[in-house]
Amino acid sequence: MGNEEAKKEKTEKKEKKVKTWSRNDKIFLGILIPVLVLFFCFNTLPLIKGFYYGLTNFRGYGNYDFVGLRNFKDLFTDARVGKSYLFTFKYALVMTLLVNFLSLVLALGMNREIKGKNALRGIYFVPNILGGLVVGYIFSFIFTYILPAVGEATGIGFLQNSFLANTKTAWIAIVIVGAWQGIAMNTIIYISGLQTVPEEVYEACMLDGASGWKKFSKITLPLIMPFVTINLVLCMKNALMVFDQIMSLTKGGPSQSTESISYLIYNNGMSGGQFGFQSANAFVFFVVIVAISFMQMKFLGGKEEQL
Amino acid sequence: MDNKEQENMAVQEAATAQSPMPEASEKVTEKEPEKKPPKMKKSKGAVGGKTANVIINILLVIGCITVFFPLYMTVIIAFKKPSEMTNDVAGALAFPEKWNFDNFAEAMRVTDFWHSLGNSLLLTGVTVVICILLHSLAGYVIGRKMAKLKTFKAAYFYIVSGMFVPFAVLMMPLVKQTAQMGIANRIGVIILYVVFFMPMNMMLYTGYLKNIPLALEEAACVDGATAWQTYWKIIFPNMKPMHATVAVLTAMSTWNDVMTPLVIMSGTDQNTLPLAQLNFQTQFGTNYNLAFASYLLALLPILIFYIICQKQIISGVVNGAVK
Repeated sequence: MGNEEAKKEKTEKKEKKVKTWSRNDKIFLGILIPVLVLFFCFNTLPLIKGFYYGLTNFRGYGNYDFVGLRNFKDLFTDARVGKSYLFTFKYALVMTLLVNFLSLVLALGMNREIKGKNALRGIYFVPNILGGLVVGYIFSFIFTYILPAVGEATGIGFLQNSFLANTKTAWIAIVIVGAWQGIAMNTIIYISGLQTVPEEVYEACMLDGASGWKKFSKITLPLIMPFVTINLVLCMKNALMVFDQIMSLTKGGPSQSTESISYLIYNNGMSGGQFGFQSANAFVFFVVIVAISFMQMKFLGGKEEQL
Repeated sequence: MDNKEQENMAVQEAATAQSPMPEASEKVTEKEPEKKPPKMKKSKGAVGGKTANVIINILLVIGCITVFFPLYMTVIIAFKKPSEMTNDVAGALAFPEKWNFDNFAEAMRVTDFWHSLGNSLLLTGVTVVICILLHSLAGYVIGRKMAKLKTFKAAYFYIVSGMFVPFAVLMMPLVKQTAQMGIANRIGVIILYVVFFMPMNMMLYTGYLKNIPLALEEAACVDGATAWQTYWKIIFPNMKPMHATVAVLTAMSTWNDVMTPLVIMSGTDQNTLPLAQLNFQTQFGTNYNLAFASYLLALLPILIFYIICQKQIISGVVNGAVK
């Protein structure tokens, strides 16, 4: 059946290929351009606009003037902004360390030969699917009513006052809620990481007589380092953006002690008449996020152990 | 992966190197992986001892209380009457005298539940569909041409770099922009979601494209299919596993998101489920039973969804994070 014809066709196609590919390129470009325009309009353009607003004294309404870099200068001397950065970094750091430690422990436990493995994994993941805002409201009740009641019943002093009412403890409450949700996610990632460690490595390691802590620190941890990187970066990024929990637990209080950067931008920028100033703040926040992400990737990327 | 496999081999070879017949070691390493897994499972459990496993098992089960307690409390309070709430712990946590649904009916009325639920479903559903259609197409277009053409490579890095831009940074300009464009409503929110999830989803699709052989497209081209047909008939169905991942990731982030609808739709009367909880806080007042009934209603849809397709959700989330 027309073997030659097929061959002819093929050679013809090949000759045409140079042409058809370039036509193909054009079709592809035709799809790419609208996508790029869309992305530019709602991602890059607002970023540039944000920088532009940062150079003005816009209050969110009415007329405004250019003030040059004054907003950016003022950022560094503004006590409230400084406080929010301190709080956000403290929160992010504590969250990242606490969540990663606890989820690694949980993952190690759940990676063993235990009963009801899948059910346990399913249960521990539940907090992650729930919305941060509603979870915050539920925990807010626990902190305001349940824990003080427990404190009074048992006579444990530090529980008797609501965590949320004290400037020194309110951030801990937010860490607890954030961790409750964050651990779920990181545990699942660590479990999938631990499953990539081949059994044979453990066997060889057993033959060498290594066990317990040594086995973990010398074999397991280096092998799951890529997953540690993912978790650290994800957790840090989420923690730096903390908003929902603040909104439902403290609204930045008491006395602005738990104002995260996102919350400050939202609160003062949208309704506080500081549109220009908070735009400058948002732009600086963006630079900070990029810097932190790059630092993390560089630092942790170099530590990964290749098997 | 390749590196890992090599190391496996190396480790095994080292272990078998002491055998009297070094030439046989290669054969052994080839056979071993098939035989080993069932055996290893037992010995792995033995590493820490069986008692240790039982203790860990019990601890993990006890740990579940931290997950269940807030949910239990929510359910209990939601079913109670305000008069049953006393100031001690038992008052809040004991079973209600009578399980009645009055709180739920009231909460539905106060927060306009069905409307909010409808909005949440609409936003999530439309966003997921558009994301799958558009992002897979964009991922395909960029992924296939990236190696050859610099324009596409630049476009790839341009879009992916958008991952570093948090919504809080763009929030204020976007509020102004959507208002000027007349889309400070549900449509605007959907557009923003589609743009905001683009870097992540596109990266996933582009990465997955490596699993689809170029020969498929070339065959289609030989058969005279247009680029458009090739995509929808061949590539799109082949990317099915990635569609699931993208759908899960997008749906979860959209469903639980508060900030975007909060700032963009603030002028409209529309609420999403989480937003309704925020906006009706003042109306709940100190009636915690009403509030918790409302919270429970807000949590229920996603909980039910999770129970039904738990496996897909977990694997989707892991895929999204790891790739």
